[in-house]
Amino acid sequence: MASIKGSGRRGIALHASLIIGVLLSAFPFYWAVIMSTHTSSEIFSYPPKLLPGSHFTENVRHLFDTVDFFGSMANSLLVATAVTFLVLLLDSLAAFVFAKFDFPGRNALFALLMLIFMVPAQMAAIPQFVIMAKIGWIGSMTSLIVPAAANAFGIFWMRQYMRSAIHDELLDASRLDGANFLRQYWHVALPVVRPGLAFLGIFTFMGQWNDYAWPLIALTNPDNVTLQVALSQLNGTHGTTDYGMVMTGAVLALIPLLIVFAIGARQIIGDLAKGAVRG
Amino acid sequence: MAVAEQTPPAVDRIRPATAPPRTGWRRHWHLYAAISPFYLLFLAFGLIPVGFSLYLSLHRWDGLGSMEWAGLTQYQYLFTDVDFWQSIGNTLIIWALATFPMIFLAMVTAVMLNSAVRFRNAYRFAYFLPNVTSVVAIAIVFGSVFSTNFGLVNALLQAVGLDQVAWLNTPWGIKVAIATLMTWQWTGYNAIIFLAGLQTIPGDLYEAARIDGAGPVQTFFRITLPLLRPTLLFVLVVSTVTGLQSFSEPQVLLQTASNESTFSGGPDHAGRTMVLYFFQQTFDNNDFGYGAAVAWGIFLVVVLFSLINWRLVQRRGEQ
Repeated sequence: MASIKGSGRRGIALHASLIIGVLLSAFPFYWAVIMSTHTSSEIFSYPPKLLPGSHFTENVRHLFDTVDFFGSMANSLLVATAVTFLVLLLDSLAAFVFAKFDFPGRNALFALLMLIFMVPAQMAAIPQFVIMAKIGWIGSMTSLIVPAAANAFGIFWMRQYMRSAIHDELLDASRLDGANFLRQYWHVALPVVRPGLAFLGIFTFMGQWNDYAWPLIALTNPDNVTLQVALSQLNGTHGTTDYGMVMTGAVLALIPLLIVFAIGARQIIGDLAKGAVRG
Repeated sequence: MAVAEQTPPAVDRIRPATAPPRTGWRRHWHLYAAISPFYLLFLAFGLIPVGFSLYLSLHRWDGLGSMEWAGLTQYQYLFTDVDFWQSIGNTLIIWALATFPMIFLAMVTAVMLNSAVRFRNAYRFAYFLPNVTSVVAIAIVFGSVFSTNFGLVNALLQAVGLDQVAWLNTPWGIKVAIATLMTWQWTGYNAIIFLAGLQTIPGDLYEAARIDGAGPVQTFFRITLPLLRPTLLFVLVVSTVTGLQSFSEPQVLLQTASNESTFSGGPDHAGRTMVLYFFQQTFDNNDFGYGAAVAWGIFLVVVLFSLINWRLVQRRGEQ
């Protein structure tokens, strides 16, 4: 970083631009928190409130009276955790194969995978709904977990990552040492791609936690839904009447995810940098 | 495809020339086993449903009664359905309004992050944050930011003496609001992907460029951008596939903006994306047959558009 040394003015401009970006990223959170502390009539008045009010606890009480907030949060936690575990295992295994091995049909299978990646989820939505209704999964969390257990995106992402991060010499050496396929996967590939896994894991967890379209359809019992569906019910039916309460719901729904991110971010931020530099 | 150019793995080289070759399929059974879970799940929850949806699209069905053979009439109708074409237009406009600023800003941010040594981790944390948020929660927040009467954007416009805009009531306002939400949510995420790509570029390349007297602009276009192309391709493909299937953003943002249906996409259906239209036809109108045809139409648009993007980025790479 020799070019930056001695150019303090450029450094200040750099950090000033980056901080503007940070403020833009953070502002909607601030705005949501502020609104969750006001009553609807305060929110609807001009000028907009930019400082906290005093009605947060009132909004929270109203929120808990209106929806089963913790029940739907428990559902979201169950689905997101189960799917993340399955995706990390199954996607990285498939990605390892596509990244580092040659076998008949590999290119065709990978092309099929990319095609599947482009298949809109809604394409399967109607039949999936009909099939799951037949086997009795509709309305339960199973209907969200099983179809999401492996996905084309994760395989694509891990393959890209593994192709550059796992060196062929390393695999050749382990092969000469007598390591079989599963040992290579577990002891050679996975340790090297831990940053990629952390990224995929957090990405998957967030994606599941935030998933909305399919749960909206599959969870037919309005009293047993995930957090996002509950939140949307709140906005759809009460949005025009009690905005402060809806905002409180939005803010509280973000908290668990922010906690997961704060824990996982150290993985992403530390290891991604280290792993990328090593690769 | 790029995978075809890879050199054969070392296993072929170390196998003694005299050993009888085992047939390909059996020698590699463990590899097929390793990739099979995805394909099996896909079979059960992808291929069979997709085949079924093809079958459905050739029928009339309300989801309850008996199916009625319709031949290709659903597709005939789809092709001339003004509402479907409008939803394609809406989707592409929103996608373009969101994606181009997003990729530009993400790349600029990544380059800045790459040269900022101090506070880099804090910056990355902050930039990733928007992507952590649920679309439902943040669409509710953006709904209030763009609200006509009490929204922050209009308050700002009023403060500098400009006319207020009925953001969620005009065709362009709706699209800008949705695209702003998407740009806000995805810029930091893609910046971090770009940053990871930037960091795989060996430092000695920059060192060599510096010794050769290359300036920062020259370095960016001659070294950074070409070596970042795989990352750019990744970002573009993901943005296309997800952006063209936007559903939650317009649905939550506009679900109360019209009395017609929660999938109607606001006044004049200006925010009704392709997927919203699919949901409206299927689950509001209970027209499962036509819904299936719409889903196939969407698939075609997404594939066509992804191929165009893929080719554009690859063609540039050959030059």
